[in-house]
Amino acid sequence: MHDVYQFVSGPLAWAAFGLFVGGSLYRIAAMILLARRKDVQVFEYMSLRYALRSILHWSVPFMSVNMRQRPVMTVVTFLFHLCLILSPLFVLGHVVMFDTSFGFSWPALPDQLADAMTLVVVAACLFFLGRRLSLAEAQYVTSFSDYAILALVAAPFITGFLAYHQFLDYQLMLVLHIVSGEAMLVAIPFTRLSHMLFAPFTRAYIGSEFGAVRHARDW
Amino acid sequence: MYSNGSTMTREPVQDDGLALGLARLTPERIAATTQAFLKEETGARLQVYLDTCVHCGLCSEACHYYLSHDKDPSYSPVGKVNQTILQLVKKNGRVSPEFIGQAARVAYTECNLCRRCSMYCPFGIDIAYMVGLVRRLCFKLGVTPKYLQDTVNSHSATLNQMWVREDEWIDSLQWQEGEARDEVPGLRIPLEKEGAEIMYSVIGPEPKFRTQLIYQAAVIMHAAGADWTMPATPGWDNSDMAMYSGDYELMGRLKRAHFETAMRLKVKRIVMGECGHAFRSIHDVGNRWLGWRDRPIPVIHAVQYYHELLTSGKIRIAKKYDEAVTFHDPCNIVRGMGLGDMGREVAKALTPELVEMHPNREHNYCCCAGGGVINCGPPFRNTRVSGNKIKAEQLAATGVKTVIAPCHNCHGGLEDIIHHYKLDMKIKFLGDLIYECMEKPWE
Ligand code: SF4
Ligand code: SF4
Repeated sequence: MHDVYQFVSGPLAWAAFGLFVGGSLYRIAAMILLARRKDVQVFEYMSLRYALRSILHWSVPFMSVNMRQRPVMTVVTFLFHLCLILSPLFVLGHVVMFDTSFGFSWPALPDQLADAMTLVVVAACLFFLGRRLSLAEAQYVTSFSDYAILALVAAPFITGFLAYHQFLDYQLMLVLHIVSGEAMLVAIPFTRLSHMLFAPFTRAYIGSEFGAVRHARDW
Repeated sequence: MYSNGSTMTREPVQDDGLALGLARLTPERIAATTQAFLKEETGARLQVYLDTCVHCGLCSEACHYYLSHDKDPSYSPVGKVNQTILQLVKKNGRVSPEFIGQAARVAYTECNLCRRCSMYCPFGIDIAYMVGLVRRLCFKLGVTPKYLQDTVNSHSATLNQMWVREDEWIDSLQWQEGEARDEVPGLRIPLEKEGAEIMYSVIGPEPKFRTQLIYQAAVIMHAAGADWTMPATPGWDNSDMAMYSGDYELMGRLKRAHFETAMRLKVKRIVMGECGHAFRSIHDVGNRWLGWRDRPIPVIHAVQYYHELLTSGKIRIAKKYDEAVTFHDPCNIVRGMGLGDMGREVAKALTPELVEMHPNREHNYCCCAGGGVINCGPPFRNTRVSGNKIKAEQLAATGVKTVIAPCHNCHGGLEDIIHHYKLDMKIKFLGDLIYECMEKPWE
């Protein structure tokens, strides 16, 4: 088990980070180059002011009409994304690991808070699953990959939680946690999780069209 | 359980245009045309939109078709994408003629390209753009609804939408001028006046069915002392069904003729009649096809012009319209140009009370006639009327008897809805009310 641990936390981790960063840069660069050739209007009408206006209205909870119409979904979505991004960055175990490997560190979250945030992510994933299964408008457009992505996102958090509390086999959970975390990272640029990369661009563009060309709000 | 975009229950509809096009298709031709189309005419936007969409369904609530069909998900914006362009991309065009028939029906008759859903998607995904791509492909495959194609054919042959011949056009204007001179001595509809400040342009149906609008416009222009003209040549029609059928080459010809007519007359600006889709075509679609970032010459919509006439005092209001009204926001000038408040200011100046529909302004529900849907004619009348129950409820809730809609398409759409749902309401243009209520110094 030790060898496996060495491998997944060493070379595999490097590969995963490499693919995540490289893949993300590649996707964004390819998208921009393609847009330069085929979607000139995206650049032509891009307006910093209206791009930021649009991003602002969709980054602050309840600032858009649709967010106000679905308060539960809004709260869950915001908490989910917040915890999803912050807890891995600031959980003590990750900070310590960086410190031992690279000799630098940053303040970590208190354990209990990180633990709670992990549970929020898992609970939100269950909520999204329930939503996909029960709401006709989501069910209608859901395919296998949507469930797979949900599982991919939940896995590192479930295994991380189990490993931290030393439930089941600690070593095994740790390895599974690392592998699933790496899988999720790699999936970001190459699956629908790429909305993380593209959302600022799609918002900026539609915000510019609505604001600068059509003089209308887009929230 | 929905098997990912495959459940679709619709009554069969006989449309000769679609049927004729489909009869000529083979799977090979569909694949070849689709592949070439995807390669040549789509790029980053389509790719990013399809990749970014998380299938959350949050855009559903935006669509009046969805809301009017008891939240049937096959009418949701993302549902329409799923049934059409997503499958075309996934299967790289290897689909059957039946699939194209369904896709054409969804794209041409179950979406008004009203762009409301972009305001509800957290990513601002432009679904109307994607539905527009499906129309463009259907056009390239020769699968277009018959009535819509007929107006497009008219555009192609005559540069106007209604098969109006050049002499008929001039005749109509002179006829309206003659009629109006009985009421207003000295009134002119100046034809071909080079160097006038304004070229006034209208849509094809005005000289064909709604000539009183030209009459009223002439009276308003006369009262305001405007320096205006109308062209005597093709290029007078600002409408554009080619934009909606997917025939962008023709759209380019139409917009070029319109702009060039204004240039030839050396006018300072174009004022358009109360039409929404024509405004969209000139303001942000046709101009782009021609390579203009903006417009080669300033263009304003009637709402803006009326607002200018009232605020500058060129037109004065003598009396108010005799009852309370509500104001319908046409998508193409409200979500398309932010004219909701201006339209309301004009309406308020003319009426004793304005009762709002909710939601309104950018969040209005479409009339369900726009996007060329009404031009798909009788076979799809029911699609559009049953697809907009929500608007009927909105209208009824105001309790008023008059709805103002500064758009031709909205008039057509609302008229059918009002009739079908048995609402006791009249529809007015702002121009109708101005004509009725303004000070007429000659009287
Ligand atoms: S009709 Fe309007 S809201 Fe519905 S899908 Fe089309 S653009 Fe979106
Ligand atoms: S709201 Fe946006 S992301 Fe969600 S299903 Fe609709 S188009 Fe896709």
